Amino acid sequence: MAAYHRPSELTEALEILAAAPVTVAAGCTDLYPATQAKALPGDILDITAIDALRGIAREDACWRIGAATTWTDVLNADLPATFDGLKLAAREVGSVQIQNAGTVAGNLCTASPAGDGAPCLLTLDASVEVQSAHGRRVVPLSSFLIGARRVELQAGEMVTGILVPAAAGAGGGDFLKLGARKYLVISIAMAAARIDVADGAIREAALAIGACSPVATRLPALEDALRGVALAEAAARVTGEMVAPVLSPIDDIRGDAAYRVEAATELMRRLLARCAARRMEAAA
Amino acid sequence: MNRPFGKCQMRVNGAETPFAAAPGRRLSEVLREDLGLTGTKVGCDAGDCGACTVLLDGAAVCACLTPSVRADGAEVVTVEGLGALVPRLQRSFLRHGAAQCGICTPGMLVAAAGLLRGTPAPDRAEVEEALGGVLCRCTGYAKIVDAVCDSAFEADPGEASPGPAAGAAVGARLERLDGGPKVTGAEMYGADHLPEGALEVRAIRSPHHAARFALGDVAAWAAAAPAPVHVFTAADIPGENLFGTIPVFVDQPALAEAHVRQRGEAVAIVVGETAALDALDFAAFPVTWQPEEAVTDLSAPLPDLHAGRPGNELIRGVVRCGDAIMALAGAAHVAEVTVDTAYVEHAYIEPEAGTAWIDGDTLVIRACTQAPVMDRDETAKVLGLPAERVRVIPAATGGGFGAKLDLSLQPLIGLAALKTGRPCRMVYSRAESMASTTKRHPARMTGRIGCDTAGRVTGMTFDGDFNTGAYASWGPTVAVRVPVHASGPYRMEHYHAVARAMHTNGPAAGAFRGFGVPQAALVQETLFDDLARAAGIDRLEFRLRNALVDGDRTVCGQRPGGIGIRDCLVALSVAWNRALAEAAAFNEAQGVVRRGVGVASCWYGCGNTGLPNPSTVRVGITAAGRLVLHQGAMDIGQGANTVVAQLCADALGLPVGQVSLVDGDTAKTPDCGKTSASRQTYVTGKAAMLAGRALRGTILAMSNMGEDAALSLEGDVLRVHDGRGSRDIRLADLPVDAHGYVLAAEETYDPPTVGLDADGQGEPYAVYGYGAQMAEVEVDTALGTVKVRRMTAAHDLGRVVNPLLAEGQVEGGIAQGLGMALMEEYVPGRTENLHDYLIPTFGDMPEIRSIFVEKPDPEGPMGVKGLGEHVLIPTAPAILNAIRHATGARITRLPALPHRVLAAIRAAR
Ligand SMILES: Cc1cc2nc3c(=O)[nH]c(=O)nc-3n(C[C@H](O)[C@H](O)[C@H](O)COP(=O)(O)OP(=O)(O)OC[C@H]3O[C@@H](n4cnc5c(N)ncnc54)[C@H](O)[C@@H]3O)c2cc1C
Ligand code: FES
Ligand code: FES
Repeated sequence: MAAYHRPSELTEALEILAAAPVTVAAGCTDLYPATQAKALPGDILDITAIDALRGIAREDACWRIGAATTWTDVLNADLPATFDGLKLAAREVGSVQIQNAGTVAGNLCTASPAGDGAPCLLTLDASVEVQSAHGRRVVPLSSFLIGARRVELQAGEMVTGILVPAAAGAGGGDFLKLGARKYLVISIAMAAARIDVADGAIREAALAIGACSPVATRLPALEDALRGVALAEAAARVTGEMVAPVLSPIDDIRGDAAYRVEAATELMRRLLARCAARRMEAAA
Repeated sequence: MNRPFGKCQMRVNGAETPFAAAPGRRLSEVLREDLGLTGTKVGCDAGDCGACTVLLDGAAVCACLTPSVRADGAEVVTVEGLGALVPRLQRSFLRHGAAQCGICTPGMLVAAAGLLRGTPAPDRAEVEEALGGVLCRCTGYAKIVDAVCDSAFEADPGEASPGPAAGAAVGARLERLDGGPKVTGAEMYGADHLPEGALEVRAIRSPHHAARFALGDVAAWAAAAPAPVHVFTAADIPGENLFGTIPVFVDQPALAEAHVRQRGEAVAIVVGETAALDALDFAAFPVTWQPEEAVTDLSAPLPDLHAGRPGNELIRGVVRCGDAIMALAGAAHVAEVTVDTAYVEHAYIEPEAGTAWIDGDTLVIRACTQAPVMDRDETAKVLGLPAERVRVIPAATGGGFGAKLDLSLQPLIGLAALKTGRPCRMVYSRAESMASTTKRHPARMTGRIGCDTAGRVTGMTFDGDFNTGAYASWGPTVAVRVPVHASGPYRMEHYHAVARAMHTNGPAAGAFRGFGVPQAALVQETLFDDLARAAGIDRLEFRLRNALVDGDRTVCGQRPGGIGIRDCLVALSVAWNRALAEAAAFNEAQGVVRRGVGVASCWYGCGNTGLPNPSTVRVGITAAGRLVLHQGAMDIGQGANTVVAQLCADALGLPVGQVSLVDGDTAKTPDCGKTSASRQTYVTGKAAMLAGRALRGTILAMSNMGEDAALSLEGDVLRVHDGRGSRDIRLADLPVDAHGYVLAAEETYDPPTVGLDADGQGEPYAVYGYGAQMAEVEVDTALGTVKVRRMTAAHDLGRVVNPLLAEGQVEGGIAQGLGMALMEEYVPGRTENLHDYLIPTFGDMPEIRSIFVEKPDPEGPMGVKGLGEHVLIPTAPAILNAIRHATGARITRLPALPHRVLAAIRAAR
């Protein structure tokens, strides 16, 4: 009979992880669809009873999103505007039912190219806190995600939190998702932005595209090009040349590769235009 | 902490409930199978359909994605507990007609209850957001949103409305007579019935599109199982191992023998206790596959799949009148198009499920179905039993739309029950359902239409290949129906249409709302837009000029009566002009988003094409004064139980509220044929009307009263009265007949048709229905996305028996048409789930306005025409025409996914 562990303490969870291979289970919204069985297969480490892993807390140098924090928790959390993009993403993950169960950390661990969490968290310069019975390490998200459905986790390790540095608290975040229907839809392409503006000019733009490469990716060339540019001008500066080179989309039933690049470029343009419009509104 | 099983307790619907289950067992399984709370439905086991939604400590979650251990110590609310929580919500669902088949209803209600707790009077946007995770394939969602929004204002559940008086049922906005159990969770679908001691049946299916296979030592595999299981294969089938829908084309084995022609084909069944099956390693089942080269679309030829069908042509249908080639040569304007459509999945939320058991010397099958008598006869044949030794009790059916006309699991559970002597249950997984059951035919169609300078159509040619997949199913019906209907409801003196049903290794394509006509309408209706443009005539006006009117001949040479297409088109004209003006004003801004308006028509013959399809209805009154209607037309959500009763009650002259229904149990109810071809309201409705009238005649004769006398049934006294006097019939004094009635009538009705000749000339249908829909869309010209803003649908029903249910058909049909137009594409082996196969959600539906035209049909009961399939036919072409109007993009491949729309916009520039 397979084992099912549901500890309430993190230390206990780490001991279980050290003892034998287990599947970490959070919201289970990716785990169950992967099986036709009536129960989760194999040995399970259920982390949802560990209170310390649930919720978003402001710490000295960062915000910590605990590994058992659901998308609904993100939506209900009191967070600065820089997290607005993540909140928009949270609202679009599947459905209310999925948001009530699914976790942000689980989303990253699944590492679907179309995962809605990664682009915003990349723009927030997030890192992933990984622990095992032997210690703790912090991995930048861009290194944690190593490929489609591949993450930088060793045997005996689990994700305990997602850390967003205090420095990323500046500016405002935004997010756009394109799918073939409204609810319960896997992204064809998505764009995330975090923009810090001073005196009407962009001080820092953190931009990312998802679903257009094995892992979501930042857009360094465009970010550089936008530094110092008036926010109102930013959208007009977005060109295919600045977006396409870092993408490597695939053709699938949801859209062909060429379309994806074009859509991603257009989404980024719109996202910047929306940021500018919102700022104008706020100023008015 | 490895929690021992059996120490858990949850508070379910207010009651402390201990349960013993593996901690990682899906909560949906614990609720349904272990606790018997079958109101919670399972449509996918993957979070995609939301049918399993429950409240866990107040939050809506998918029970299929919740480890049961998380319910330990928690508060769980299922649909069974809502009566205490939100009784007005359930009432509101009934009153608004928000439940059709009802399989999604528990999930909808629970999700709504979750919302209403914090937001007692939500707006539409809030409702859509909260319920967006629950799919409905029947309703088009509008009535569900209405029901939730209005629930706060619903009267107290105690106050039942009196219902229409005698003679006033037809035309009344009556809520469904069978709705109650759908909103309480009590309705019993195929998977909800688990007889004591039942074994479970699972199938071993082909992972290949085509293969030869050899079974290994099956007995040894079964013997090595941790607990006893049985394996049955084709060799165990006692009868003829072939089933089908049309006698001369029967070609599908219940269990394949040595050769599979499509993915998902069953080669064996494994039968045993559920726990025994759960412990088995199905991957180790001894079968060796020799995959063969397979082609699932029409792109390449493949070796003949069936003997006697050279070139893989199953059948071709032809309709020819006049000289189309000559007419096109002489036309002032000619337009041509080739359109490709995709496999479309029915995507009912209830995967196939049912139970079989032995009762004396009778095999009883209780499963979802659209055709109980066909199921009985075909199953009996496969199992080598005389038909009278098989009884089919229809389970509540959670949507069908055509695919549940064919046998699926009936022969498999029947075989299992016969062989083991035990009750046997089978529940298809979503993947199994999608892989193995029928689809809408993908089509490649080319059409040419010509008109003169005044915009009068002079001729049309149509040539279509319909991918009918590996087996015949209803392919012949599609091939025959398409040429009859490809003209649309328009005058065409010179016409030549050919449709071929072609075999491939794709899934068998069968019946799906419209039998090929929705595909064919794309050709004719988009070409009409081309011609109207070429002739410089408004597109609605162009259709009006060509619309059939009484006295005109159809392309089959028939002169139907009561043709209502002009009336439908005229009914759109105010909205049409408004929409055109609005779109033009909007587009003046020259923005990225452009608006467009499109229109398309439909016509559709009700019933079998030139072939008999009778229905027989029995109505009786018992000695105790119960009025009983044996209503054998399967109600799969469309409302036959209600409208057939309305027609019967009015013909009889008693209030419809007094009618008790007996379903299509083949042991109790005469055959009403299949629920397909939009025939039930017309054909069974007519039989019901005749039966009601006959019973009335008997009663009037007995009491010596005139035709205008009124009836009332009070206890066991039937009172007949008119202005002059009154007579009481004491029912208890009358003799009881073989069926248990003291007064009864049984009537059969079969539509009068004339079979088609070699040129497709004849009178294929006795009744047609008509309609026209207008789509208003918004196209994002940079992303290629399409948002349908509004649909205005005018349908001629002859006589509206029940406006509430008719609106439900329109809204649901439009949802399916919209899905077909914009997102639905089944790719065998790749989209066998509801996250890769997309159907419309709450957020994708436009505002829908239904306009009902009543141009009585001379043949239909009280003027009635059919509606069920008509509603889907114009939707996709109207949307494509609107996209074209907005952007100039001519979409010739469905679905119009964003990348295809964008490419078409580019091509048009
Ligand atoms: C109907 C439906 C719709 C969906 N829609 C979307 C969508 O729109 N966008 C989107 O991005 N996703 C979507 N998803 C996918 C899924 O809901 C999300 O990825 C979710 O965030 C996963 O979180 P979870 O807690 O449920 O993960 P789980 O299923 O619990 O786990 C996912 C994976 O991560 C591992 N894991 C989880 N937590 C940890 C940890 N702390 N340490 C190490 N490994 C861990 C698990 O072992 C597993 O491999 C959808 C899923 C469903 C069923
Ligand atoms: S059965 Fe749970 S979401 Fe479909
Ligand atoms: S009523 Fe919603 S799926 Fe049938």
